[in-house]
Amino acid sequence: MHDERLDVENLHLWRGDRHVLRGVSFSLSRGECLQVTGPNGSGKTSLLRTLSALMYPEEGRVLWRGQDVRADLAAFHGALAYLGHEPPLKGELSARENLRYWIGVRRRIGSRALEAALELVGAGAWCDRLVRTLSAGQRRRVALAGLALLMVPLWLLDEPTTNLDREGQQLVADLIAEQRARGGMVVAALHHELPASLRDLRRLELRA
Amino acid sequence: MNRVVTPIAGSLVQTDTAPSTQTPAWPDTAQASVLEAARLALARDLRLAFRKRDQLVQPLAFYAMVTMLFPLSISPELSRLREVAPGVLWAGALLASLLALEFLFRDDAYDGTLEQYALSGQSLTWLMFAKTAAHWLLTGLPLALMAPLAGLSLGVPAAALPGIVVSVAVGSIALSLIGSIGAALTLGVKRSSALLALLTLPLSLPVLIFGARATQLAISGGPLLAPLELLAALAVLGVTLAPLAAAAAVRISLE
Repeated sequence: MHDERLDVENLHLWRGDRHVLRGVSFSLSRGECLQVTGPNGSGKTSLLRTLSALMYPEEGRVLWRGQDVRADLAAFHGALAYLGHEPPLKGELSARENLRYWIGVRRRIGSRALEAALELVGAGAWCDRLVRTLSAGQRRRVALAGLALLMVPLWLLDEPTTNLDREGQQLVADLIAEQRARGGMVVAALHHELPASLRDLRRLELRA
Repeated sequence: MNRVVTPIAGSLVQTDTAPSTQTPAWPDTAQASVLEAARLALARDLRLAFRKRDQLVQPLAFYAMVTMLFPLSISPELSRLREVAPGVLWAGALLASLLALEFLFRDDAYDGTLEQYALSGQSLTWLMFAKTAAHWLLTGLPLALMAPLAGLSLGVPAAALPGIVVSVAVGSIALSLIGSIGAALTLGVKRSSALLALLTLPLSLPVLIFGARATQLAISGGPLLAPLELLAALAVLGVTLAPLAAAAAVRISLE
């Protein structure tokens, strides 16, 4: 189980007549975090969606543990957590219910783990409110609780600090540090001001 | 080339001395089984439906209105009403279930739930099956339970009602499953209702024909097993193929 690594070889992606990814290559091994930067429209989200195999590139491939991810999508997706711009939450369910369903589809979670994750992101006081009554930052925190609960080696995060206050951004930094300490990998599109502990990352810069 | 990689190992990496020695903290054993995942997907949809009751009530109210307007507009003569009853009951059920289809995947596509399902590592086919099952429980089954009321307003004899309930229940399973393919295929389309109807209605015609036939036989007291069996066959065909097709369509829509 020590061969966890992500290799990305020469990705080319077209959206219509736009050449979005033009030869992106990198490798990540245990404990590494890659920060993807670039102006709006430079393909950060497209890159993350391609890495997660939601989108197929026209050229190039993504290897997980040395194997093309398309060979065994279920195994790759079982090892991956993807957080898009919008937290994948249902407005009509409470934060706690949302996590129970969202995470429960993937792995068994006890109510104690759920409680701990909600406490971790500071949601203890409002986790039983319907998500549609929560602020954007609070929703983001619920999504982060989900991320922490998933316990998977590879995180793909699209602007995880959006809408978060300073304390929330620190939380993202702590979660990423913890994930790395555990031997996990993170690819994060981050162009916001970062907490100090996140400034020292490998960077991949995309140009528009 | 649009990449500049600057590998700055930095102080943070050096503080992570643990990774290479620690055993990975990825609990593979805690992975939820596919049945557990499907159960949760179903439970989630049911709970959501009861929080958003208007979506639940709309097709049922539509069905009630259509079937009750007919006797008012045609004639109160029982023999004539009984003649049109099968057609009205089934055309109403078909349109009501079509009305509900729009909501099947729309919210999930919008809020990223489908994306998470597709990336869950679980079988998307099973999750689609669970969603369609929830959809049937929330529209097909209530429609079947409402059919006797609609039947009575169309002058159907009480003895025919059980047969009608069974035929609508079985037929609506097929309708939900056929509809799930259409709903998944039209996910990326704006104002998809017309396209959804265009895709789904032709495929639903066999259900309409055999369902109306079963209802007709139930009213006249004939043996309705044959059309019921054909409805059941359509439902079984749908159960085996529709979730696969819907899952494939959802994956395409996410790309």
